[in-house]
Amino acid sequence: MSESDIVKDFLVESYENLDRLDRDLVGLEKNPKDKEALAGVFRTIHTIKGTCGFLGFNKLEKVAHVGENLLTRLRDGQLTLNPEITTALLSMVDAVRQMLREIQATGQDGDADYPELRETLTRLQTSGADDSGRASTVVAPLSPEPQVDLQRLEKPDASSFPLKTEDLLTVTPVFAKPEDVPVPQQAPETKPRDSAPETIRVGVNLLDKLMTLVGELVLARNQLLQFANTSEDTSLQAVSKRMNLIATELQEEVMKTRMQPIGNIWAQFPRTVRDVALNCGKQVNIEMEGKETELDKTIIEAIKDPLTHLVRNSVDHGIELPEDRVKVGKDPTGRLVLRAFHEGGQVNIEISDDGAGLNGERIRQKAVERGVITAEQAARMPEREIFNLIFLPGFSTAQKITNVSGRGVGMDVVKTNVEKIGGTVDVHSTAGRGTTVRVKIPLTLAIIPALVVTCCGDRYAIPQVSLLELVRIEADHASKGIEMVQGAPVYRLRGRLLPLVYLDRELRVGAEKKAGEATQAINIVVLQADDRQFGLVVDEINDTEEIVVKPLGKQLKGVNTFAGATIMGDGKVALILDALGLAQRANVISEVHDRAGAEKERSAGEKSAGNRQTLLLFQTGEKGRMAIPLALVARLEEFARSAVENTGHQEVVQYRGQIMPLIRVSEVVELAENAQSGGSSKTVVDPQASLQVVVYAEQGRSVGLVVERILDIVEEEFVLERPAERAGILGSAVVQQRVTDLLDVQAVVQAANPRFFAKAAGA
Amino acid sequence: MAQNEQFCTFFLEGHYFGVPVQQVQEVIRYQEMTRVPLVPQVVRGLINLRGQIVTAIDLRRRLGMSERPAGQLPMNVVVRTNEGALSLLVDEIGDVIEVEEKTFEKPPETLKGMAREMIRGVHKLPERLLLVLDTERAVNVGDPSVAAEGRSS
Repeated sequence: MSESDIVKDFLVESYENLDRLDRDLVGLEKNPKDKEALAGVFRTIHTIKGTCGFLGFNKLEKVAHVGENLLTRLRDGQLTLNPEITTALLSMVDAVRQMLREIQATGQDGDADYPELRETLTRLQTSGADDSGRASTVVAPLSPEPQVDLQRLEKPDASSFPLKTEDLLTVTPVFAKPEDVPVPQQAPETKPRDSAPETIRVGVNLLDKLMTLVGELVLARNQLLQFANTSEDTSLQAVSKRMNLIATELQEEVMKTRMQPIGNIWAQFPRTVRDVALNCGKQVNIEMEGKETELDKTIIEAIKDPLTHLVRNSVDHGIELPEDRVKVGKDPTGRLVLRAFHEGGQVNIEISDDGAGLNGERIRQKAVERGVITAEQAARMPEREIFNLIFLPGFSTAQKITNVSGRGVGMDVVKTNVEKIGGTVDVHSTAGRGTTVRVKIPLTLAIIPALVVTCCGDRYAIPQVSLLELVRIEADHASKGIEMVQGAPVYRLRGRLLPLVYLDRELRVGAEKKAGEATQAINIVVLQADDRQFGLVVDEINDTEEIVVKPLGKQLKGVNTFAGATIMGDGKVALILDALGLAQRANVISEVHDRAGAEKERSAGEKSAGNRQTLLLFQTGEKGRMAIPLALVARLEEFARSAVENTGHQEVVQYRGQIMPLIRVSEVVELAENAQSGGSSKTVVDPQASLQVVVYAEQGRSVGLVVERILDIVEEEFVLERPAERAGILGSAVVQQRVTDLLDVQAVVQAANPRFFAKAAGA
Repeated sequence: MAQNEQFCTFFLEGHYFGVPVQQVQEVIRYQEMTRVPLVPQVVRGLINLRGQIVTAIDLRRRLGMSERPAGQLPMNVVVRTNEGALSLLVDEIGDVIEVEEKTFEKPPETLKGMAREMIRGVHKLPERLLLVLDTERAVNVGDPSVAAEGRSS
């Protein structure tokens, strides 16, 4: 073994040890009496010191040496670990890491020899002397509680945040088995050296190569299976079946080699949280659930930085200062919870804090200032939409820029990085209660199960993840099964409206077929994109298959309808459809950046979660059946037509000492009947009849919505199915077994009287 | 500086083209392609090159030439680019030839349109002219999401 090989091994081993040191030290801080852990820390530093002495890295040796001295005293019980010592030891770990990097890059341990750090470490031994010997040579007696003295002595500002060791940080592994906690997969160092090794180090390159080869094997197997199925040869069929089983198993096992528990990247978070919290004078407990959740290595790597950013953000922005927390009656120590779990072939990772929550108003303001959305859009945008604006580039609401976050880069990068691996990010927040960021990512990127469909003679693969169910409408029902809402085809799936998207039309392939005139059976693939469902109409549904995802060339990257391509059993290429991209293309949901058009649909999407609401049903024009949430209704009134007066072009009535403008809903919302008859509903209103008015009030101002007739008030669970193209309509839903349009009250008021909200806001 | 350069040559609508031999990974006969909807028409489809998915670009369309007559199958010249392998669809393959640097000349001023951007220059060979294709430019078909709207088929 050459010297460079020795150095390389030394580096690899030391990096691993240092990672563990971080965890151990933070853990020790919580439980300073843990002799075992302390001994482990000591041994690691001792090994590093010894090895670099042998390899001639003197500066590194010096730093490790003073660290070791301090650790000796801790181990021998002459000192108790306190936050300051932990900080010093952690900085030592950082310094050592820095020097190791230096060695890796240049072969030398660098110029810096960290005199201050060494000084601190030495001082913390309290003996004062630069004691080069072992602990046994130190005879100075120690006060029973040295850490109290130390804090007062060396950290004058310590009183400003009197942290108790226990309060500062708690690591609570909820699901992890005790033996899993301190030792990651590949760190057998705590076991005696002479025991037979149960793990061997394998280069990642090798694993990647194996993965590629298995991918090819899976393809070859698919080809073989197709061939065998058409063959009469029974022995060939037997062999191919066996081959199938083996290949499947091999694939699973090879995939497993690349799987790592998410705990591997979480392990550094206690340290991160501790540092950030100390930095901004906060107290934070970090809790972790589902550490053992496994993910593909490439994905783990890809989400490491986004997650770190989110964690830092939560501590820096989410959790309040201890005094502020006490003021609002919370525990001064904030809680940061990381959760990971599998769900439907995906991994969910949640980062929740119990901090102040996002400030919707400030985000709104900021968004308007930056010109991301207009003031009008901002006013109408639901909270949740507003929160998700923080993922747009250049968006930070931090009032002061810290070295941790608030520089306006970050959240957008988080989103981009997560989306790059096919994941999604979503933020939920309750004012005063905290914020939860949910990251959903696929388990693996390489081989996925997919449904193969045919459209105009081409095959497309749809990842199983986004697949909900398959629906087939037989030819004789086809024309009746599909209904039209404002020109958009929908299908009633168990009482809910499912918007339909025709794949051939979206992809602009094949001849135009008229919807609803189909003479053949219709195949609908029900897909989930974000929180919306839609039905994709395809010519034929073939089969499910394991496919190997291959990236598309640069020329095709911009088309987000395709997630990639794959090679089918017969060797031909098939495109992989991206449910989300397809939905965006078909306007089932809109892109985040397309605010203006998206907003209505998105607020519609808000409601599609299937919430139960009390609705006021009313009739507009002759046939229009509409609803508004009762919560938005202030009162129902009836006015004699004679009571209606005019100011300018505006119809008004005197109402409770105010002048209330009237808006005729049927005029604002263009109804199909009106368009056909060419006249407005005014012509059909009996002049003697009284006016039915729904009073909508906002901030002390009222506006009256004139409707034809109040129909009913119902409490019903409804799902907004079809985002409408018409202004003033949020969408359509099935209410009382009838298709009902949901009125966008704010939009209608806005359209009739653009200054209403502005004035209201000004008042 | 090498005095001589080797070119892999091919024909497009009767014109004699060449790309430097170092850029060419291989030349293969016509492969069945999977068409890609919603992208510019110059992208003819995807081919399976021993497990690797390669985008095929129709050079006739790229250079604004007339469509290849029906029934005439194009050949694939697979070139290496910064973004991986890519296939150029051409009418016919010529020989690999070696040319001297001194026969090179900038494209004539009269050369118009798209072709001018994508031709680096001309080698004056005794019997004919060899047009040198600027591969990087030829494969840079732009942002498909922008160009997609024009597609009819």
